[in-house]
Amino acid sequence: MIAAGDPVPEFTLKRGDGSDFTAADLEGQTTVLVFYPFAFSPVCTDQLNLYEEVLDDFKAQGATLYGVSCDATWSQTAFAQQLGVTIEQLSDFEPKGEVSRAFGAYHPGGFPQRALVIIGPDKVVRWSYQADSPSDLPGANLIFDALAA
Amino acid sequence: MSDLGSAPIPEPSKEDHVRGPNGGRTLIVYADFECPFCAALDVRLRAFTADRVVFRHFPVRSSHPRAWPAACAAEAAGLQGRFWEMHDALFADPARLEDPHLWDRARRLELDLARFDHDRRSDPVRDRVKRDFRSGVRGGVVTTPAIFELGDDGSVVQLGRDEFSPAPGPGSTSES
Repeated sequence: MIAAGDPVPEFTLKRGDGSDFTAADLEGQTTVLVFYPFAFSPVCTDQLNLYEEVLDDFKAQGATLYGVSCDATWSQTAFAQQLGVTIEQLSDFEPKGEVSRAFGAYHPGGFPQRALVIIGPDKVVRWSYQADSPSDLPGANLIFDALAA
Repeated sequence: MSDLGSAPIPEPSKEDHVRGPNGGRTLIVYADFECPFCAALDVRLRAFTADRVVFRHFPVRSSHPRAWPAACAAEAAGLQGRFWEMHDALFADPARLEDPHLWDRARRLELDLARFDHDRRSDPVRDRVKRDFRSGVRGGVVTTPAIFELGDDGSVVQLGRDEFSPAPGPGSTSES
């Protein structure tokens, strides 16, 4: 998996409105990419709900969170709306998993690993984490630890 | 530095809601009143009558929009000395957590309704719920219910929900 100190690769993900989200969008902000396996799955639901609850704290740390999965933008939008989650969703749908692979966060089962990547305003990875299993949910405290490091 | 970085689950303090006898296990439960798994756990925990239970709030609004108002209602009842009665009344019917349902519970508990309604919307009550929630986040709580056991040495270890099965096995502290 991509590691601290690595520059982020060039990539293109799709926003909910169909526009591109690229590495250039990382410039000037601290970004947390939350790779998750499947929209509407139980653990991903808990994960986004939890992070949403402390979103103001992430903002206070100057961090912007994005959810990344291989689901289509329509599915991600429906997922976020159903949960009432405002964390922006980015789709790695086509070519499927290309960005997840580029970050070393693609599960052989055909979906993103449950992984977290913090990227600095200079587009260099500050911290990354991959859960031991897609069913493991990393606590928000781990992200706050990394942001404070 | 954020105050949501990792920290141990706090040991019980005089500000916690605690019930059960001394001498057995001390269980610290993070839960929300709109969570069906929490309600089920609460039923199961009642069979473990030798244990002392510490209740802490862990409401997550996006999945359970009435969890926060319910938590605040329990705290407001607590200010009138009826936390556990409201706790039990909320878990007894977690599908009915709208304001009229909360008022109805308050009436049945013979609370001062005006005070209850003021308190449940007050900053101190919100801060109280928030404090519990944030202590859980710092301790790595990710979903509800989350159960921890306090060790004799002050250590806190997370337990699995399976430890509180409907039919406790031999050697458990259950009296059922």
